[in-house]
Amino acid sequence: MKRLLRPVAIAGAGKTPFGTFPDRDLRSLAVAAGHKAFADASLEPDAIEAFYLGNFAGPQFTSQNHLAPYISEELGMAGIPSTRFEAACASSGAAFYQAFLNVASGIYDTVMVLGVEKMTSQPTARVTEILAGAGDSTTEVRAGSTFPSLFAMIARRHMHDFGTTREHLAAVAVKNHANGALNPDAQMRKVITLEQALNARPIAEPLHLYDCSLISDGAAAVILSARKTANAPTILGAGQASDFVALDRKPEITTFPALRAAAQAAYAMAGLAPSQIEFAELHDCFTIAEIVAMEDLGFVERGRGGFLSFEGGTARDGRIPINSSGGLKSKGHPVGATGVGQICDLVQQLRGQAGARQLKRHSIGLAQNLGGSGATCVVTILGLN
Amino acid sequence: MRTGAVYTETIVHMGEPYQILIVSLDEGGRVTGRASGDTRLVIDDKVIETDSENGIPGIPYFRKL
Repeated sequence: MKRLLRPVAIAGAGKTPFGTFPDRDLRSLAVAAGHKAFADASLEPDAIEAFYLGNFAGPQFTSQNHLAPYISEELGMAGIPSTRFEAACASSGAAFYQAFLNVASGIYDTVMVLGVEKMTSQPTARVTEILAGAGDSTTEVRAGSTFPSLFAMIARRHMHDFGTTREHLAAVAVKNHANGALNPDAQMRKVITLEQALNARPIAEPLHLYDCSLISDGAAAVILSARKTANAPTILGAGQASDFVALDRKPEITTFPALRAAAQAAYAMAGLAPSQIEFAELHDCFTIAEIVAMEDLGFVERGRGGFLSFEGGTARDGRIPINSSGGLKSKGHPVGATGVGQICDLVQQLRGQAGARQLKRHSIGLAQNLGGSGATCVVTILGLN
Repeated sequence: MRTGAVYTETIVHMGEPYQILIVSLDEGGRVTGRASGDTRLVIDDKVIETDSENGIPGIPYFRKL
């Protein structure tokens, strides 16, 4: 991707709260988010020319397959091309990227991207097993690696190489919980202290309970349009890249090459430098993931992400506010919905609709969505211009 | 038996705790494996692959060298 043929706007956005919803099935969550996006864009279903679904493991979590037409028909869009994208926790980021390219290239004028996951109907052990499918099943998963353990090994190496501490990790959790407590759609609206985070039970050392994101149900949708309307954020830049799936095949594990490549593409397309990003929603599936991401995005020197977090540089009033929504840590992480959910969070801030979480500088925001232990990454930059 | 050094590790607390390692092999490359026995291994420990009677088939086990 070198140059956009035409600008693409976010005409509408809507999402369900993220949380545990025993009375809601996958399709009803998706449809609720889709209807919110229609209402927000003041569009009817017949305006949508193609449907892009991000979903990681609907068939395993709910036994329902063929999900894209299954959802689009229920949203009144039967007949249009409807396709599911699977890229682990970056599934809806990947769907968003393809939808963006198709509108930017002139193939379609108006499309919907929707992410959904229904996870809480399965016991935690089964959820952990399904999520592990995003790793290499023949090596690391067979050896007993869970996703907490893969990111724990990243954290352990980051601590060894750069002096990052458990207090640095905990500071990310404390900050994101403080933000999420102000978000009415967040799953865990609970302020925590550094001591609580440090003393919580270990999951995979050095990660403890509050270093880990949540198991969630939820859906999020956006409508992309070639027609710019007033107050509609524009996609300034976007990039996607891939890397090895297995952690032991990566030359280094304290940096994500796919993230760096996706960010480089997005910055180049937008004509922006990292210092010009005013706020960001980063993929904090684990606290260490937010620290690595802020380094790979160029917000801080490599190895200094933990220090910046601990010093308050990523708080709502900090130098670069990160995850003012509460992030995956507090807002929730319905994995297939997370990428589009981040876009919805950016839109809310850009429009000045974030309520108690509203940031002072909110004209250029960045979202970063990660799949697996870094094998897929999508970076998107939105702005009001 | 292959030898190497611990590149990173974690102790997983899911049921009975167990330690997972990524080992940088002296012959080149890295593998994911398990720590053998109760010895706690840390980054840069020199290790050697070992037989594990009750281990997971196809997964390398390592002990401190």
